[in-house]
Amino acid sequence: MATAFSATLPLHGSQENRLLLPPTRLAPPPPSSSFLGSTRSLPIRSLNHAHASRRSPVFAVQEVVKDKKKPTNSLLITKEEGLVLYEDMILGRSFEDMCAQMYYRGKMFGFVHLYNGQEAVSTGFIKLLTQSDSVVSTYRDHVHALSKGVSARAVMSELFGKVTGCCRGQGGSMHMFSKEHNVLGGFAFIGEGIPVATGAAFTSKYKREVLKQDCEDVTVAFFGDGTCNNGQFYECLNMAALYKLPIIFVVENNLWAIGMSHLRSTSDPEIWKKGPAFGMPGVHVDGMDVLKVREVAKEAVGRARRGEGPTLVECETYRFRGHSLADPDELRDAAEKAKYAARDPITALKKYLVENKLANEGELKSIEKKIDELVEEAVEFADASPQPGRSQLLENVFADPKGFGIGPDGRYRCEDPKFTEGTAQV
Amino acid sequence: MAARIHVGAGAATALSTFNSKKLVAPPSRTNLPARSSKRYIVAAAGSDGSKKSLLRVRHSQKLIANAAVATKAETSATTGTGHELLLFEALQEGLEEEMDRDPHVCVMGEDVGHYGGSYKVTKGLADKFGDLRVLDTPICENAFTGMGIGAAMTGLRPVIEGMNMGFLLLAFNQISNNCGMLHYTSGGQFTIPVVIRGPGGVGRQLGAEHSQRLESYFQSIPGIQMVACSTPYNAKGLMKAAIRSENPVILFEHVLLYNLKEKIPDEEYICNLEEAEMVRPGEHITILTYSRMRYHVMQAAKTLVNKGYDPEVIDIRSLKPFDLHTIGNSVKKTHRVLIVEECMRTGGIGASLTAAINENFHDYLDAPVMCLSSQDVPTPYAGTLEEWTVVQPAQIVTAVEQLCQ
Repeated sequence: MATAFSATLPLHGSQENRLLLPPTRLAPPPPSSSFLGSTRSLPIRSLNHAHASRRSPVFAVQEVVKDKKKPTNSLLITKEEGLVLYEDMILGRSFEDMCAQMYYRGKMFGFVHLYNGQEAVSTGFIKLLTQSDSVVSTYRDHVHALSKGVSARAVMSELFGKVTGCCRGQGGSMHMFSKEHNVLGGFAFIGEGIPVATGAAFTSKYKREVLKQDCEDVTVAFFGDGTCNNGQFYECLNMAALYKLPIIFVVENNLWAIGMSHLRSTSDPEIWKKGPAFGMPGVHVDGMDVLKVREVAKEAVGRARRGEGPTLVECETYRFRGHSLADPDELRDAAEKAKYAARDPITALKKYLVENKLANEGELKSIEKKIDELVEEAVEFADASPQPGRSQLLENVFADPKGFGIGPDGRYRCEDPKFTEGTAQV
Repeated sequence: MAARIHVGAGAATALSTFNSKKLVAPPSRTNLPARSSKRYIVAAAGSDGSKKSLLRVRHSQKLIANAAVATKAETSATTGTGHELLLFEALQEGLEEEMDRDPHVCVMGEDVGHYGGSYKVTKGLADKFGDLRVLDTPICENAFTGMGIGAAMTGLRPVIEGMNMGFLLLAFNQISNNCGMLHYTSGGQFTIPVVIRGPGGVGRQLGAEHSQRLESYFQSIPGIQMVACSTPYNAKGLMKAAIRSENPVILFEHVLLYNLKEKIPDEEYICNLEEAEMVRPGEHITILTYSRMRYHVMQAAKTLVNKGYDPEVIDIRSLKPFDLHTIGNSVKKTHRVLIVEECMRTGGIGASLTAAINENFHDYLDAPVMCLSSQDVPTPYAGTLEEWTVVQPAQIVTAVEQLCQ
C-alpha cells in the first residue's frame, strides 16, 4: 500500500531522509542505539548516531546520486519556485521577528509563540497546497497562516487585537482562522486540532463518495513532538488510516515541549515509526531543509489526493527562540542552538539558489526588502486599525443568535437593542 | 433552505397572536373556565415562502396515570391522522427525514451503523444511507467528536452520538474548546452545526458511571445550546430543529424514556429549540422540570389534584438557554416555584434555574424557590439506594404542600 519515497538531493551534506515502509518490506531491525532512554542533552549528536545505526533498506522509485556533485538537469526546483519558497520563508522570519519587537513594545499580549527556525516545514508543505486544501495548526500558527495566504496585515491586526484582524481580534495569536484560505486554526491546547483536521479530511472523502463531487482537497495537520504523546494523536492516526482519509500528519519535532526534552518524555522518540503501527507510511525528513521537506510533501500530498490515505511525516526541526516570548529558554544547551543555527533553512536555500545559479544576491536582497516593507506596512495598518467596539462582544457567540434564548419579555434576547450594543446580560 | 418556523412566544398568548388555520374545539378541563387546553399555531412560511407547516404546541392535559415513565397514547391527534410510535422511533424518524432532506447530514458514533445504535435510534439508517453517512467509529470519543466538529466546519452537518452521555466526558476538550468556542474565536468565519446526542440520566441500576447527568457539566460552555426531549413528539421535533440549527446543539435523551409511546402528526413539524413546553396549566404553583422527572411530576400532580391543588407543570425543554418568557409568565401567575430535576444538587440545571428566577422574578415570588434534585451521590447500584438518590413523586407532593401553605 505504501509508495516509496525517493531520496532527494541534500542541502546539508550527507543528511539522509529516513524512510520507513510498512514492516513487511523491512529487513530485521538493527540493534537499538544508546541514546534511547538516555537523558543526554545534546540530541543532535545522538540523532546522527541513530541515523547511522538504523539504516533501513529503502525501496526508491528513482535513485538520486547523494554526493555533492549535482547533475546539471536534476535540480529540484525551478527559479520561480525557488523564489516563491525563499520569499515565503523570509516572510515567515521577518514577521516573527517583528512580532517579538511589537510584543516587547506592548502592542500585543498574552502568549505568543514564534516560529523562527521552522520555516522550512511550513513553506515546504503549504506551498504545494491549493486554496481549497485545509491547514490545521497549533498555537505556533502565524507562519502557517501566512504561508497559506492570509495577509500579513490580517495576521498582525489579529495579534494587535484589532477589528481588522483575521478573526476580528477575537482569537489572538493562538487562533488564526481563515475561511477564505481554509486555515482551520490555531488551537491553544495541543492535540485538539488533530481531530478537527481529521474531520476536514473526512469531509473531502464524504464529498467524493457521498455527494459525488470532484473533490481532491487534502488536509495538512501540523503539530509538535509533545503532541505525539497525547491520546488524540493516536486516535486520529487510527481513524485516518482506517477510513483512508486524505490527510498528512506533519510532526514539527523541535525536540522541546517548553522545557521538556522530547527524549525525557517519550519512550520511543522516533515518531515516524508510529505511522506504520497504524497502517500508514512514516517518514522522517530533515526539517531544516526546505527542498527535502518539499519532496517528501509532494509524495505525501500526492498519496492523499490519489485516495491512498494518510501519511505521517516527522520533520526534524528547531525553534531558534524560546517556546513563547515569555519563556526564558534556559534549559536548552547553547551548543545545541548553535548547531541548528548553522543549519538555518533560509541561509541554506539562499546558498542553494546562488550556487545553482537560480538567483543572484541582488534578486534575493530585493525580495528581503520587499518583505521588510510588507511587514512594516502590516504593522502600520494594524496600529491604525480600530479596536473592537462594545457591540462586538456578543456577536459571534452563536451563528444563530437565537441561541441566547427568549427573555422575560417574550422577545428573543438578540432582538434586544442592548444586545447589539453589547451591554445586555446574557 | 431553512424554513423559519415561528412558534408563539409563550403558550398563553399563542391563540391570540397567530391565526389558526385549523382550530378544533378542545375538550374542556373541569377546573378552569373557558381555557382551551390545546393550542394550534400555524407556522409562518419559510423564508422562500414555500412551506407552511402546521405546528401544535402540545401538552398533555390528562395526568399521566400509573408508572412514572409510562404514558398512554395521546388523544390529541385531532385531525384524526397521525401515527403511533415509540420515542426512539420518533428520534429515528426525525433523523431520517433530515438525512433525506439534506445530504450533508451524517451520523457518527459507536455502533450507530451496522448495530443500529445501542438504543436503536439509528436502526436501518446504515442500510439506507451507507457506511460513510452513518459512520461506525472506533471507541475514541474525543477524536470522533473533534472529527465531527472539523467536518461541520468544512460543510457537513454531523449528528454525533455518545453511546451514553457519560462517555462524552472524554470528549469534553472538543465540546468545550472547539464546539462551543470556534465560531467566536474565528471571528464568525466557521460555523459548527453539529448535534451531539445520546442517552443519559439514571436508569435501572446501571451503576454510577452510566447514570450521569452531563447537562450540569456542559451548561457553562458558551456557544452551545442544550435541549432535553421527553415525549416522542418533542423528541422528533427537537431532533429536527437541532439538525437544522446553525448552532451546536446538545440533545439530551433519557435511557428510561425510549419506549414511551405516543401518536405524533404525519405532517412535518419541528419544535422550537429555545421554548419551554406547557404540560399542564394551573394556578397554585409552577413546577419546572425536564426529561424523565416530568413523569414523576405528572404522577405527583395526580395526587395533588386529588388533594385539591392546581399545579402548573412546565417542561423547560431548553436547558440552555432558559425560556424565561414561559417560565416568567407562570411565576407571575402562581407566585410559587418548585423545580424538579434529576441533576445533582450542586451545580445542576436546577441550581442555575433557581438563580435565574430569583434574579428576574424576585418580586413575583411569595415563597423561596424550591429545588428538588438528586442527592450529591454517585448513583448506587442497589435498587433501593438508587431510588433514594432520585426525586420521587411523594417528595414532590410534600414539597408542593410545603410551598403552598
